[in-house]
Amino acid sequence: MNYSAEQLERYSRHIILQEVGVEGQEKIGAARVLIVGAGGLGSPAALYLAAAGVGTIGIVDGDVVDLSNLQRQIAHYTKDVGREKVLSAEEKMVAINPDVKVQTHRMLLKAANIREVIRDYDFVLDGTDNFPTKFLVNDACVMENIPFSHGGILRFDGQTMTVLPGRSSCYRCTFRQPPPPDAVPTCSQAGVLGAIAGMLGTIQAAETLKYFIGTGELLTDTLLSFNALNMTFRRVPLRRQDSCPLCGSKPTITELVDYEQTACVIK
Amino acid sequence: MSAEHEIAASKNLRGVNCPMNLVYTKVAMSEINPGEVLEIILDDGPPINNVPGSVKKEGHEVLSQARLDDGAWSVLVRKGG
Ligand SMILES: [Zn+2]
Repeated sequence: MNYSAEQLERYSRHIILQEVGVEGQEKIGAARVLIVGAGGLGSPAALYLAAAGVGTIGIVDGDVVDLSNLQRQIAHYTKDVGREKVLSAEEKMVAINPDVKVQTHRMLLKAANIREVIRDYDFVLDGTDNFPTKFLVNDACVMENIPFSHGGILRFDGQTMTVLPGRSSCYRCTFRQPPPPDAVPTCSQAGVLGAIAGMLGTIQAAETLKYFIGTGELLTDTLLSFNALNMTFRRVPLRRQDSCPLCGSKPTITELVDYEQTACVIK
Repeated sequence: MSAEHEIAASKNLRGVNCPMNLVYTKVAMSEINPGEVLEIILDDGPPINNVPGSVKKEGHEVLSQARLDDGAWSVLVRKGG
């Protein structure tokens, strides 16, 4: 690729990094990333990936912007209340970097449609707000062999892991089933410190960029969790389980199902 | 000096400040093959004090630095493998 003088200046702080360089920036430019959810995690991820020059960024969300979203979903502004989240996010991404091609998917991901949507991308960043969709994203990515970053936040806590299907532990290797609907607080009752959405979403964005650059160590076979109240970070080693119902040697999950959408964490 | 090393490409970075001079050097290096020699012309001051060191850290070999009549520097760099 031939960069213009303006693009070289825009990406100069990447290019001068030895681990990125011209070649790494070209890989970022050729990348196709799908962000699931334009909320607390998806917002910072979308802005940083656009700023980084990811060539094609898809963003999926079926919701419109609500006033209560603005405390943490930083791609959306006060003027956007009532507007489709994917269009609000697209406007900010393109404003940051007109080089980026944004593909908006205004829809809810379901067992019936998710595989078709994610198939068009090289990497998926999960910024969803509920366990059923997190399991759906995990299962669909493993079935389609698409690497992804899992992420979740609640109250003062965040957790994330990166999954390379067939090579590293998937979400189901550790968490077999979505928790029962009454075991977790509902969205409206749980609360979340807004800034931790940025902490986690930007970790996911950094993992995404590292995946394409191909340097460093990804958060594979590792669950990174933090508690912002005490500001403690913890890495829990995970292992791929041969007994995993999805990616184990005798899988029992061979097609996607929609779980009941009541249990939730805040996105 | 040019007699000693065959120069594959030359980049005039007079008037280009840090770090864009390094960015343009890296772009030029990406366009030549390992073992080939790139000449860069750098201003005196921060450019000549910084760019050769950064280039070495990236695994390339700085073959020579020579002061030119106008005060700028000609630096020859061999691309590392
Ligand atoms: Zn698994």
